[in-house]
Order: sequence, then C-alpha cells, then structure tokens
Amino acid sequence: MNRIVVGAHYGLKDWLAQRVTAVVMALYTLLMIVAVPTVDGYEGWRALMSHGLIRFATFVFIISLCYHAWVGVRDIWMDYVKPTAVRLMLHVLTLLALVGYAGWAIQVIWRL
Amino acid sequence: MSEITKQRPKFLNLVAIRLPLAGFASILHRVSGIGMFLMLPLLIWLLQLSLGSAESFEALKSVVANPLVKLILLGLLWAFLHHFCMGIRILLIDVQIGVEKEQACTSAKAVLAVSLALTAVLGLKLLGAY
Ligand code: HEM
Repeated sequence: MNRIVVGAHYGLKDWLAQRVTAVVMALYTLLMIVAVPTVDGYEGWRALMSHGLIRFATFVFIISLCYHAWVGVRDIWMDYVKPTAVRLMLHVLTLLALVGYAGWAIQVIWRL
Repeated sequence: MSEITKQRPKFLNLVAIRLPLAGFASILHRVSGIGMFLMLPLLIWLLQLSLGSAESFEALKSVVANPLVKLILLGLLWAFLHHFCMGIRILLIDVQIGVEKEQACTSAKAVLAVSLALTAVLGLKLLGAY
C-alpha cells in the first residue's frame, strides 16, 4: 500500500459515513414502500412528494445518496486506477457530477 | 513495513482462483453500485418528469414504454435490490451478526436468490405482465 499517494486519515470517517448513509437510504426505501402504493396518478404522487415530512426525508435521502456514492465510487477508482493523475481527475469528475446531481434532484423536489 | 505486510499477496487473479459465492455476491454489490451511479442522470430526469406537470407525467409514461428504457430500468431494479439486500447483509456483519463462515455463506446465497426473485416479481409488473 502506498500511503503517500492515497493519503491517510479519511479512511474510518468515510467508512462510517458510508454506513450511516446506507442506513438512511434503507429507511427511506422502507418509507417509500409503505407510502407509494397509497398514491394514485399524478396528483396523488405530487401531493405525496410535496408533503413537508416526505420532502424533508427526500432531501436527506438525496444528500445521503450522493455522499454514499462519492465514498463508494472513489474507493473503486482507488482500487483499479493506478496512475495518480488519471485517478485524481476521475475523483474530481465524480465529485463534480455528484454535486451537480444533488443540486438538480433537490431542485426537482423543492420547487413543488 | 513489517514482515507480515510484505508477505501479503497484492493481487488476486480472479480467473485463476475459485471465487466463493460470497465473493461473487460482493463483486455484484460493486457492479450494482457503479451501475446505479452511472444511471443517476436518467433516474433524476425521470423523477423530474414525474413531478413536473400533468403533461410531463404523461411524457414519462411514453419514455418508460420505450423497450431500451425498460431494459435499463429492469437492470437498475435488480441493481438496487441486490445492492440493498447485500448492503443490509454487510451492515449486519459489521455489527457482528452472521459473521461465522457458514452463516455468511448462507446469507450471501439468500441475497442472490431474494434479489433475483424480487426483480422477477417487480420486473413483470414493470413489463406490464399484470
Ligand atoms: C438502500 C440503499 C443502499 C444501501 C443499504 C447501501 C449499502 C452499502 C454498503 C453497506 C456499502 C459498503 C460496502 C463495503 O464496504 O463493502 C455500499 C457501497 C457502495 N454503494 Fe451502496 N447502498 C445503498 C444505495 C446505493 C446507491 C443508490 C448507490 C449509487 C448511486 C450506491 C453505490 C455504492 C457504491 C459505488 C459502493 C462501493 C462499492 C464497493 O466499494 O465495492 N449505493 N453500499
């Protein structure tokens, strides 16, 4: 293991973050499994997603998903992409994409 | 560096070793994670269509009626179900539940089977079979 290239310190924190975000997403999934079958058509779906509590939960879900995917995808780049420059570029691209997706998705649910 | 770290094999030749079922399920956890990541723009776009207006909701229906989109969604359905079940299994093992080799093997088989079965049930619904 080359500690100089991968850096140090962030391992445990990110490992924990990936677990916490996984639990958040799992709970949100259960919430949706209960809630979605009760809605009917566009109006019902929209009413559900614009409910204050659901919107709060969806917001937290989106943030969790992007953080989770950041840690996960970064781990995968670290495992397979050896040239440092290429890897760092992939890290940056992943991060930028996820920040953009988060903004986009939040904008979709927050406008309701 | 200590002797122990020096002796560790650095790479596993995935073709040469016989991968146990739990290893197979783990690789699929990774594959499903990266697959969902790559398809996030599609999913957010579909979410946007579903919530935009009554018209875009109808547009969503015709997008999803496209066979290619259906196929991708079917793949994503499996990816989410497998990743979800496997994720729960990993979290349980993290809190020391099901750590024994035999249990871990059984739970890996269960994850593979349950996620495929659920994909079949929900996938038939997606394909409009019922
Ligand atoms: C209920 C939902 C989810 C649960 C319970 C969950 C659970 C987990 C867990 C526990 C890990 C850590 C695996 C390990 O350390 O070996 C993980 C890794 C990962 N997750 Fe998720 N996850 C969920 C949703 C997602 C979503 C929606 C995405 C993508 C957009 C995703 C992408 C990834 C990636 C890329 C990894 C890294 C895989 C690896 O390193 O092999 N996850 N997930």
